[in-house]
Amino acid sequence: MLATLIIVFREVLEASLVVGIVMAASRGVPHRSLWIFGGCAAGVLGALVVAGFATEIASLVQGIGQELFNAAILFAAVAMLGWHNIWMSRHGRDLAADATRLGKDVVAGTRPLHALALVCGVALLREGSEVVLFLYGVAVSGGNSAASMMLGGVLGVAAGLAVGAAIYFGLMAIPMRYLFSVTSWLILLLAAGMASQGAAFLSAADVLPSLGDSVWDTSGLLSERSLLGQVLHVLIGYTARPAGIQLVFFAATLIILGTLMRALRIQHPPRRTLPPSALPSKAV
Amino acid sequence: MARWIVALARPAAVASPGRTPASLRARAPAVLAGLGLALGLGLGAALPALADEPEVAISIRDHQFVPSEINVTAGQKIKIVVKNEGKMPSEFESVDFHREKVVPSGKEITLFVGPLNPGSYEFFDDFHPDTRGHLVAK
Repeated sequence: MLATLIIVFREVLEASLVVGIVMAASRGVPHRSLWIFGGCAAGVLGALVVAGFATEIASLVQGIGQELFNAAILFAAVAMLGWHNIWMSRHGRDLAADATRLGKDVVAGTRPLHALALVCGVALLREGSEVVLFLYGVAVSGGNSAASMMLGGVLGVAAGLAVGAAIYFGLMAIPMRYLFSVTSWLILLLAAGMASQGAAFLSAADVLPSLGDSVWDTSGLLSERSLLGQVLHVLIGYTARPAGIQLVFFAATLIILGTLMRALRIQHPPRRTLPPSALPSKAV
Repeated sequence: MARWIVALARPAAVASPGRTPASLRARAPAVLAGLGLALGLGLGAALPALADEPEVAISIRDHQFVPSEINVTAGQKIKIVVKNEGKMPSEFESVDFHREKVVPSGKEITLFVGPLNPGSYEFFDDFHPDTRGHLVAK
């Protein structure tokens, strides 16, 4: 049971952290739960379909269908996270100010919630399909251990969700005026880490060169399989033995998105109808 | 990747000194996602896997890798074929050489690794983490 718990926990962890960050990043936006959990639900449904067609997907495009599929959804997520961050760098300041006043309706509907919903959807799609395949294997293997392994699976999902909830509530403790800077940084790193993972998949498919298989090795210092290593892997793209191509994609994502966020930021004085001292420091 | 993000972000910037038209705002994420998918699939179609790398065959049998230790040449790209002879799906994974690929029951998958520096690289079945093996690059 414990082994199952750990396996499922590992798979759920990444998606859960992504959803936790995205929920924090969309704080104060009306209907965000509907969008984001809707995206999650679609992702779970998609995971069932992907698991069902795992064999077919694997045999697509001369046997590299799985890698291309994973890389494609990772890069789609990178694009959505990038879109969100660029949008936030254009509107974030208004948002932080508005959210403390009556301006919620101003930002309602303009926030790229669909982008964030899609990010959650693909995160669940990718990780969820592996959980489904694994638990399906457990179920068909039958025997009297299957029930206890299923229980382990359920507990693993719960533990994974708990970590996601922890990061969400941790982020929610940040005062509103800093929150979106923090989530923008987190999302930038999340996107860079995903781009690096996508590059590894394309390298596995022999579509991209690896450019050196391990540029450095910090596995002795912090194993990527440890809980901390894995959380950092999701949050900042920590890789104990990164391939050159992963570093290239990581750095390129940071630089390009960072530059775009800067370049496309609208410079205007903050609109203040109240003196700064009258603004409540804590938001809803 | 660099180019398409820039290319996509530009139109939004040009079209919107103050605000982005609603239609563009609504469509851009879909366009970005579509291009992400197209990039993955397009690259796959444009650069089909080469077939001249040395090939290594591994079977998963009764939750064991057979063979569980494989010597490969360092400094050369290697093609690994993993066949799952068990009844349960497996996921061939390695943190050391960054690979993860689901191997459905009764199927085989192909993946490319390296060129590796000399050393030992562990791989495992992510669905049965006690099932482990090593690639030894010399």
